Amino acid sequence: MKREGEVRIPSGCAIAAVISKDGNRMSGQKIYECMKPMHDRSNGLGGGFAGYGIYPEYKDFYAFHMFFDDRDTRKNCEVFLKERFEIVKSEIIPTRKIPQITNEPDIWRYFVTPLKSMMEKMQTDEKEFVARSVMKINTEMKGAYVFSSGKNMGAFKAVGFPEDVGVFYRLEEYEGYSWTAHGRYPTNTPGWWGGAHPFTLLDYSIVHNGEISSYDANRRFIEMFGYKCNLQTDTEVITYIMDYLIRVKGLTLKESAGVIAAPFWSTIEGKSDPAERERLTYLRTMFPSLLVTGPFSIVLGFDGGLMALNDRLKLRSMVVGEKDDKVYIASEEAAIRSMEPDAENIWAPTGGEPVIIKVKDGAY
Amino acid sequence: MSIRYIYPEFEVVRNENRCIACRVCERQCANEVHSYNEEKNVMISDETKCVNCQRCVSLCPTRALKIVKSDCTLRENANWQNDTIKEIYKQAGSGGVLLSSMGNPKPLPVYWDKILINASQVTNPPIDPLREPMETRVFLGKKNGEIERDEDGNLKCSLPPQLELSMPVMFSAMSYGSISYNAHASLARAATELGILYNTGEGGLHEDFYVYGPNTIVQVASGRFGVHEDYLKAGAAVEIKMGQGAKPGIGGHLPGAKIVGDVSKTRMIPEGSDAISPAPHHDIYSIEDLRQLVFSLKEATEYKKPVIVKVAAVHNIAAIASGIARSGADIIAIDGFRGGTGAAPTRIRDNVGIPIELALASVDQRLRDEGIRNNVSLVVGGSIRSASDVIKAIALGADACYVATAALLALGCHLCRTCQSGKCNWGIATQRPDLVKRLNPDIGSERLVNLMTAWRHEIKELMGGMGINSIEALKGNRLMLRGVGLNEKELEILGISHAGE
Repeated sequence: MKREGEVRIPSGCAIAAVISKDGNRMSGQKIYECMKPMHDRSNGLGGGFAGYGIYPEYKDFYAFHMFFDDRDTRKNCEVFLKERFEIVKSEIIPTRKIPQITNEPDIWRYFVTPLKSMMEKMQTDEKEFVARSVMKINTEMKGAYVFSSGKNMGAFKAVGFPEDVGVFYRLEEYEGYSWTAHGRYPTNTPGWWGGAHPFTLLDYSIVHNGEISSYDANRRFIEMFGYKCNLQTDTEVITYIMDYLIRVKGLTLKESAGVIAAPFWSTIEGKSDPAERERLTYLRTMFPSLLVTGPFSIVLGFDGGLMALNDRLKLRSMVVGEKDDKVYIASEEAAIRSMEPDAENIWAPTGGEPVIIKVKDGAY
Repeated sequence: MSIRYIYPEFEVVRNENRCIACRVCERQCANEVHSYNEEKNVMISDETKCVNCQRCVSLCPTRALKIVKSDCTLRENANWQNDTIKEIYKQAGSGGVLLSSMGNPKPLPVYWDKILINASQVTNPPIDPLREPMETRVFLGKKNGEIERDEDGNLKCSLPPQLELSMPVMFSAMSYGSISYNAHASLARAATELGILYNTGEGGLHEDFYVYGPNTIVQVASGRFGVHEDYLKAGAAVEIKMGQGAKPGIGGHLPGAKIVGDVSKTRMIPEGSDAISPAPHHDIYSIEDLRQLVFSLKEATEYKKPVIVKVAAVHNIAAIASGIARSGADIIAIDGFRGGTGAAPTRIRDNVGIPIELALASVDQRLRDEGIRNNVSLVVGGSIRSASDVIKAIALGADACYVATAALLALGCHLCRTCQSGKCNWGIATQRPDLVKRLNPDIGSERLVNLMTAWRHEIKELMGGMGINSIEALKGNRLMLRGVGLNEKELEILGISHAGE
């Protein structure tokens, strides 16, 4: 049977997220507990989380979370890392042995900073250098896989139900100002941990529920710009698109949403503000190949915030709720109620309408 | 009979019980097949002149006529087939190059027919185009601009020149001269009503049609016929024709007999003189010369209009397209070897060039490999026969398709493949006023609008089935295609998996 990445596996899913606008840090326990009421939206073939603000003591270093098939692969990869980065700390990511999670690979993390000399040699800025290095490992080093590479954030994922994955990674021991969660329902047996979500690059992480119909159009376009879609998943390609639009092209979050979930032409033509009309027409005309169609609800995590977005027809459920400084997002209201029984202002954003929540400046 | 005699290809079968000798067939046939025998009060036929255009069949009020393939054949031979032998007889008699019209009729592979389209089941929903918006609008042109902002951080929304189409189909180049005034009027009016474009071909733009300029592509070909400043500025885009799928590597020849009246005026050449387009552009012997012509035309049109470079699909098409994409062109049009023509040497039409499906797949992939796919839009033609061909072309990577034969069929063409005779009974490929008037542009444009409207419905249904609600999400989306009965190499070039994979 082909491993994930050699074949495209569609999947349905559950997602959830929470963020504190004041930058208050929350334990990871709530986020995995909230996946329990949505148990039936996953099938035990993948679960994962991303936490932001979890490594304050190493916040200036890129935190690489990595899977290795075996010790030799790890040793080889470490040689590669040392050629490009200063490694200030390397350790096994602490896990808990539980019967629900088995066959784990070697799971390590490295806090690293790029070597200036190497960046100068490659004539790239720091983020581009890190992104290319991650892409190189994931494409060329068999048995090694970087599944998280941002600063002061980290992804945790495995094959299993999400609530079990949270227990496995001892997420209650981490505190972050925002968390995202994912439970997976692939229509095939991936059996590989790298295929679980969230998918990340630098500090961008995506959890996604849906199966996009534009996948190959998006993939073949984005691969022109140095990205390699090794996993053949929607989440991976959406992550690269967001990285490209925001980091490389310099679009804002809202503008990026206007590209991937562009309003219908009829909607654009109905806009009363001519500047708005011009802007939306421009974005659709300039980036037609990055329009994402088919059902999706995604939560994009980034340094200091979250963005939730549905496809423009809203073919997947997604609700948002609030309480005090916190904003909650989930596939089902039950998950929000699990995190905050008294959540207020529960609403379902319309298709293509981005919900952007940012932590106050200086609070993270 | 003599050594020169070749038994007619078709027989005219007249049901004498039905024939009322009304002589419609006689009046309708410019080839003079039918005549009336007054003595016997019967119609008689000279099938040696019949081209099987079906005009008499269609107009016979009593349905008394049919044209059938003659069953008088030479002795069967798999190697020396009938057509091959007859062509030798013709050449032995004339010493000339054989001429043909319309697209390559040989039984070479039609890859469209070996590609199947996907649909959504369970894991994502198909979308009903009757209930949900389904978008077919496309913009052709460069999409490689840098993001710029003003001092307040607002986006500067300036794009390179774009062509906006309501659906990814355009009428491709057919010159005024090779086809009639009424055919051009039909195309121009239909394109305007549909929100798409038609193409002048290399024959200039008749002064009556300047009004359709926003829906017109004006062509500049090697003969430069009809090219002047106002012409260039009249169209929505300028197309440099380097080659044509039906006759790659050779020019064109419109016989003096067709250079009459307005055709001569529009082409800006004397009446009765042959209009000969050279094989190359004599100012373009290499890619750097092409770049100069692209920018000359951009200068002439003040950088307001996209420049299209049209080439025939030949062996090295990927590298050629890569060169064009770096030459300043906004759009590359590729014409496959099954593309139509008003007249081409038979040997060239039937043996030169490659299928558009393979050319498109390799060009699209090559431009992506080089990271320059969004420098240009890709338009493909050369036998796009239906909405599903369009869908497959878009999914392989085209931005839009050119159609011509299908448009002519809508105007009444019956594909008899004798355009070169100039005696088109349907009023399309002729300049004879009595024949031209048979094509009513009111009806012609309506039929073209009907055809494209039908295709647009079908495109939407097919897209909806795939769960795609905008055509741009289909472009280059090769996962939506599967091959059937193709070998590994063909699948590799097409960049698709086999059905079942």
